[in-house]
Amino acid sequence: MSQNAKAEDFKLEAQAPENKGPIDGADLFIETLKRENVEVMFGYPGGAVLPLYDALYKNPIRHILARHEQAAIHAAEGYARVSGKPGVVLATSGPGATNLVTGITDAMMDSIPLVVFTGQVATGVIGSDAFQEADVIGITMPITKHNYQVRSMEDLPRIVHEAFHIATTGRPGPVLIDIPKDIAQSVGEVKFVDELNLPGYQPNFKPNSLQVKKLRSALAQAKKPVILAGAGVLHAKASEELLQFVEKMQIPVVNTLLGLGGFPSSHPLFLGMGGMHGTHTANKALYEADLLINIGARFDDRLTGNLAHFAQHATVAHIDIDPAEIGKNVPTQIPIVADAREALKKILSLDFEAPKADEWRAILEQDKVENPLWNTEGGDGISPQALMKIIHEITEGDAVVTTDVGQHQMWTAQYYGFNKPDQWVTSGGLGTMGFGFPSAIGAQIAKPDKTVVAVAGDAGFQMTLQELGLVAELKLPVKIIVYNNMALGMVRQWQETFYEERYSQSLIPVQPDFVKLADAYGIRGYVVQTEEEAEKVMRETLKDNEPVLIDCRIKPKEMVYPMIAPGKGLHEMIGVKPQ
Amino acid sequence: MKRIVTATVLNQSGVLNRITGLFTRRQFNIESITVGATETEGISKMTFVVHVDDDRMVEQVVKQLNKQIDVLKVNDITDQAIVTRELALLKVMTTPQTRAEINVIIEPFRATIIDVAKDSVTIQVVGNFEKIEAMIELLRPYGIKEVARTGQTAIKRGSQRLVSESKQFSILN
Repeated sequence: MSQNAKAEDFKLEAQAPENKGPIDGADLFIETLKRENVEVMFGYPGGAVLPLYDALYKNPIRHILARHEQAAIHAAEGYARVSGKPGVVLATSGPGATNLVTGITDAMMDSIPLVVFTGQVATGVIGSDAFQEADVIGITMPITKHNYQVRSMEDLPRIVHEAFHIATTGRPGPVLIDIPKDIAQSVGEVKFVDELNLPGYQPNFKPNSLQVKKLRSALAQAKKPVILAGAGVLHAKASEELLQFVEKMQIPVVNTLLGLGGFPSSHPLFLGMGGMHGTHTANKALYEADLLINIGARFDDRLTGNLAHFAQHATVAHIDIDPAEIGKNVPTQIPIVADAREALKKILSLDFEAPKADEWRAILEQDKVENPLWNTEGGDGISPQALMKIIHEITEGDAVVTTDVGQHQMWTAQYYGFNKPDQWVTSGGLGTMGFGFPSAIGAQIAKPDKTVVAVAGDAGFQMTLQELGLVAELKLPVKIIVYNNMALGMVRQWQETFYEERYSQSLIPVQPDFVKLADAYGIRGYVVQTEEEAEKVMRETLKDNEPVLIDCRIKPKEMVYPMIAPGKGLHEMIGVKPQ
Repeated sequence: MKRIVTATVLNQSGVLNRITGLFTRRQFNIESITVGATETEGISKMTFVVHVDDDRMVEQVVKQLNKQIDVLKVNDITDQAIVTRELALLKVMTTPQTRAEINVIIEPFRATIIDVAKDSVTIQVVGNFEKIEAMIELLRPYGIKEVARTGQTAIKRGSQRLVSESKQFSILN
């Protein structure tokens, strides 16, 4: 009912520009964004998008001017992940567009809905190696869900409408629209379109009842069931249904890295994150299970370890909106192509018999006690694990937390303890350094009242630290925690473990004074050497309404444990808590 | 193993690029691709001959193609009743002595000579992959100067085999 009302309002609004007569491509562009209810966009101007920026000046939509296009797109990703709305990005042709490539790929790998607009040189000179020309369509073809080049301004409303639909439905992802400058400048009369005509794009939301029945009988027979919950649970907003299903069936749950928060980490049936730096119990459960129910995860190699050993005794059921993920890496007996929420609702509506798994749950419970996460004691510097527990405590486990990739990311995933969906933003599939800080900016814009903590390594932070300018300008209360070990921590860890301590180019002896750096932007900065200091500073600064940068000197040689070495199976964890 | 996969696609600019890019990126090995118009305006049909390691890989080929927005329909038609055809043009060296021989050789293949020069003939042949291979083998001793092949295109037969006919299992074999 309310949806119909919304559609009606939409049409009334939409008629206004149609009556205005001729319109130029740039004004039309802004109108199409307004029709898609775009509230904020992230971008950076340049020659080829001057007409678009001029139209934006006359007919404003909130625009966040990052200091580098890469940061703009990471901010849009953070915004999208936390708000559930598509992130919108605008950059110029050539270098503007190529600077977005990392972010587009990151969004593609982690299924984040983005609509990316790039300027392009005028159609008459495309292909002539004109100034700031790049084949953006060619470059982004393999890293977008779909992309378009606008060849005529009449097509613009249709293309924008399709792009938002494609980016946000099915398995979400980035869609790029390349707009040549002359298209933005051409004038014409156009019609807006509300209907979609995409015969080649029909994502399937409803589960197949035959497969659901197969899952029912598999569950009735299972003695060692486990659920692997991925980011699909978050995208489908299915965490409530997942919790109901788990409690009804009493099945233990493992999260993927990106799925954290989709199931409360404080729940007794939660086993932790699985995979390379997952908990021993989670990996044991995945390894020994006789029924593995994957809900919205893609069996990434960092989760499965060596596929030859992965879930070899298990019947595999896989619920995924993307049929291509089912059976891609792991042979699957029960394929369920569906939206995670629709599938779980269907399952909950049927009378499923809970598996008889008392013994299995007891074994896993025992393992949790015997093989918990652990860290070294003593030594110089702050324990990174203890630091994350402090951050959890002070923010009451309720902050939005973002990270780059590497050691600090794994410690955050292991120790923050996510209990709610949409409070965890990290670069999982692509593993992008420099992602955490700008994505925190986007998350803060999406949730102005939330505490947003950007956790970054000292190396990754230096890849996008120019965005301190944006934080200062917008007075965003982003809390920047630098896990400073004067190294590319994870690279260093691998060199120590697998390359006989040959630290090739992984140590960074010279760093800026991060406190002075923050000060240069008018942001409070602190450096802390001990856990007590860290706790004191964080208590004073993490809950207030000002940005802060805290340079935390962590133990430089601390390792992320436990670990599965590359090429090994889930049963071959090293660095498990010494008995 | 060799599979024949067809895809019906929207005739948008860049669609061939999208598909060949996908094949490269996912390490699917293509033997040939043909593209052409269909009975419906704006819709093209592509026929791929791909080499894959196993059934799971061909399933991935089909699924990944299906994910493309401009792709309407994908079929692995290898095991169906189909007709496949390819056209080849062969330029073969000739001498006054061999010209008649070549004529005799190509005759059962229903091939035709479409161009004659002083020291060569150009032969056009249409057929399935094996037939063309066979003719090339027979002509090789005369000296093949150049070969141009279109790659296979395929269509399903009007009447498909019944399931009972296509799967013949017997305890006697």
